[in-house]
Amino acid sequence: MFRIVKKEALNPTVSKMVIEAPLIANKARAGQFIILRVDDRGERIPLTVADYDRQAGTVTIIYQIVGATTMRLDRLQEGDQLADFVGPLGKPTDVEGKKRVAVVGGGVGCAIALPVAKAMQQAGTVVDSVVGFRNRDLVILEEEFKAVSNEYRLMTDDGSAGQKGLVTDALRELLQQNEYDEVIAIGPLVMMKFVSLLTKEYGVKTVVSMNPIMIDGTGMCGGCRLTVGGETKFACVDGPEFDGHLVDFDQAMERGRTYHAYEQERCNLLKKEAE
Amino acid sequence: MANMSLEKQKMPELAPDIRNKNFEEVALGYTPEQAVEEAGRCLNCKNKPCVGGCPVQIDIPAFIQKIQQKDFEGAYQIISASSALPAVCGRVCPQENQCEGRCVRGIKGEPVAIGRLERFVADWHMKNATAVPEKPVSNGKRIAIIGSGPAGLTCAGDLARKGYEVTVFEALHVAGGVLVYGIPEFRLPKAIVAREIEGLKAMGVKVETNMVIGRVLSVDELFEQGFDGVFIGTGAGLPRFMGIPGENLKGVLSANEFLTRVNLMKAYLPDSETPIQRGRRVAVVGGGNVAMDAARCAKRLGAEEVYIIYRRSMEEIPARAEEIHHAIEEGIIFKTLTNPVEILGDEHQNVTGLSCVEMTLGEPDASGRRRPVVKEGSRHTLEMDTVIMAIGTSPNPLIRSTTPGLETNQYGCIVTEEETGLTSREMVYAGGDAVTGAATVILAMGAGKQAAKAIDEKLSK
Repeated sequence: MFRIVKKEALNPTVSKMVIEAPLIANKARAGQFIILRVDDRGERIPLTVADYDRQAGTVTIIYQIVGATTMRLDRLQEGDQLADFVGPLGKPTDVEGKKRVAVVGGGVGCAIALPVAKAMQQAGTVVDSVVGFRNRDLVILEEEFKAVSNEYRLMTDDGSAGQKGLVTDALRELLQQNEYDEVIAIGPLVMMKFVSLLTKEYGVKTVVSMNPIMIDGTGMCGGCRLTVGGETKFACVDGPEFDGHLVDFDQAMERGRTYHAYEQERCNLLKKEAE
Repeated sequence: MANMSLEKQKMPELAPDIRNKNFEEVALGYTPEQAVEEAGRCLNCKNKPCVGGCPVQIDIPAFIQKIQQKDFEGAYQIISASSALPAVCGRVCPQENQCEGRCVRGIKGEPVAIGRLERFVADWHMKNATAVPEKPVSNGKRIAIIGSGPAGLTCAGDLARKGYEVTVFEALHVAGGVLVYGIPEFRLPKAIVAREIEGLKAMGVKVETNMVIGRVLSVDELFEQGFDGVFIGTGAGLPRFMGIPGENLKGVLSANEFLTRVNLMKAYLPDSETPIQRGRRVAVVGGGNVAMDAARCAKRLGAEEVYIIYRRSMEEIPARAEEIHHAIEEGIIFKTLTNPVEILGDEHQNVTGLSCVEMTLGEPDASGRRRPVVKEGSRHTLEMDTVIMAIGTSPNPLIRSTTPGLETNQYGCIVTEEETGLTSREMVYAGGDAVTGAATVILAMGAGKQAAKAIDEKLSK
């Protein structure tokens, strides 16, 4: 069992949990993920490692309450236990040898973008960050991003915080001003798709972090497969990071909707239960 | 005087039309009377050809004699001296190619039902035995077993019996490997696997789930932690796809994914949180046991029509005879000499059909089976909403890519010394599908057994 050491709501739909998992904390690196199960009848869901503390033996996850499992997860409190917590899975981010990068985070994807930005900054890379949210109430990790960024651009859909507009608006400006070795985009598939289209215009290498449906996370089920440059890849073992210019995002979006109807039904059940 | 009936005692089974709607075990097992009657068919031959057909060399005539004498516990003791998982093997071994395939009674009539008798004895023991296995005195030496499938569990059991302190590391949240995620409940109830594992724990074997070796700890770190030897029994878990257009459509699954959702995650139960697509028209591509398991699961999930699409003929089909027989009884439709060339989908990437070609059989190939050849102008489309690929698996690269100096071959299989299972690394042994590529439970057990013997010989020097 894996104890929840700390739980904190970052905004109305996004929460942070610090989990006691010393072996995983000892090995985790930016870009990797874990798989958890809330309880014995629970499904296995992948979540990217948001942070880790090797001394304290803890791993931090940040999740958005979007489906039945994250609803169930969010009902747990500090001191409660997760049934299963396994990792670190996937390949870590390649942080070596980059002079300047732009890190783009969208919504809860910022939770995954932050450790990447942090690892890059620690490796001596100049990091410019662009983060986007729907509105000011949803903004998370602002201070944390500022701490590791040379430049920090906050975008909201309605202009209630930072600038009004999309992350691609701010990124276009940065691409015009600066030379980047790489752009790292982490967020909704549609955001990563449009960031990749933009950076292609500028010929800047772009890395995206894919978060498809998976079960085991070790290459066994193949449920997480996606098409990259015409080839089938498994996000769990070949990724989760891929070349954004080669990923078939439209296919990934359709595959992500495979269990949409089921998920809705489960969520409604849970909501009724809670009432 | 032996029972000279030419046929085996019939196995009591659930009726096909009832069982293809639930996940209860199909074969119900012999009664003691049936077992004794069947045991009477054994001639107790001097040269015991059946034993030579058994990868773990169970003294088959001896345990059958005990059944004849109604000493069922005695029979169990004989089997368990050679096999760590009798209740499992009695159910899933391809007996027709092993012990029963060599039985003298099979020359004229049916062979002795060795598999059914083994199962009877193991089930009887589980139900009636009261003696708890004793924890052997520790010899102070520690062995790490990677993977809790049949190879790992057998190796663990044999070493624990000799006094080794054994820890089994499992990547998933339940121990049992393919016995748990792959083979369905109706063929191998999970409670039976759990009981076998409890038996190992009673002997002092530690089982650590949620441990992906190669990620959370490397093989080298296991040695640093004080393990004296490592056995790799990580199986062949990586699903293969055909490489045809449309394989990434929604509704195309590897058999591994489909079976894992059903068996490990129990997606067929109403209170399981794991979703599963319930196809109406399902095509399972492949002709092995995994294909049969997937097809029969799809039927039980409510599919109207389930097809096995296999490129050779019924003569070459590799699944166990019993599985094919059961699948046909349950209404699975076999389309043999048929090979998919493309999976068709709609604008939302849902599967709508499977485009196939017909095959004819040409000259025998390297495997000795006649090579399928495409029949000109035979392309046709079968309407489908789900396609399950059951065309084989290969070993997971996680261990080989994180263990320096571990030699593997061009297929990614770990290279070992045949007699011992020793790899290119000192005190690292391997066995089962990780070495051979996808094979059977019993061959993996045989390899686990050999490695346990070799590890013991090496460490007790």
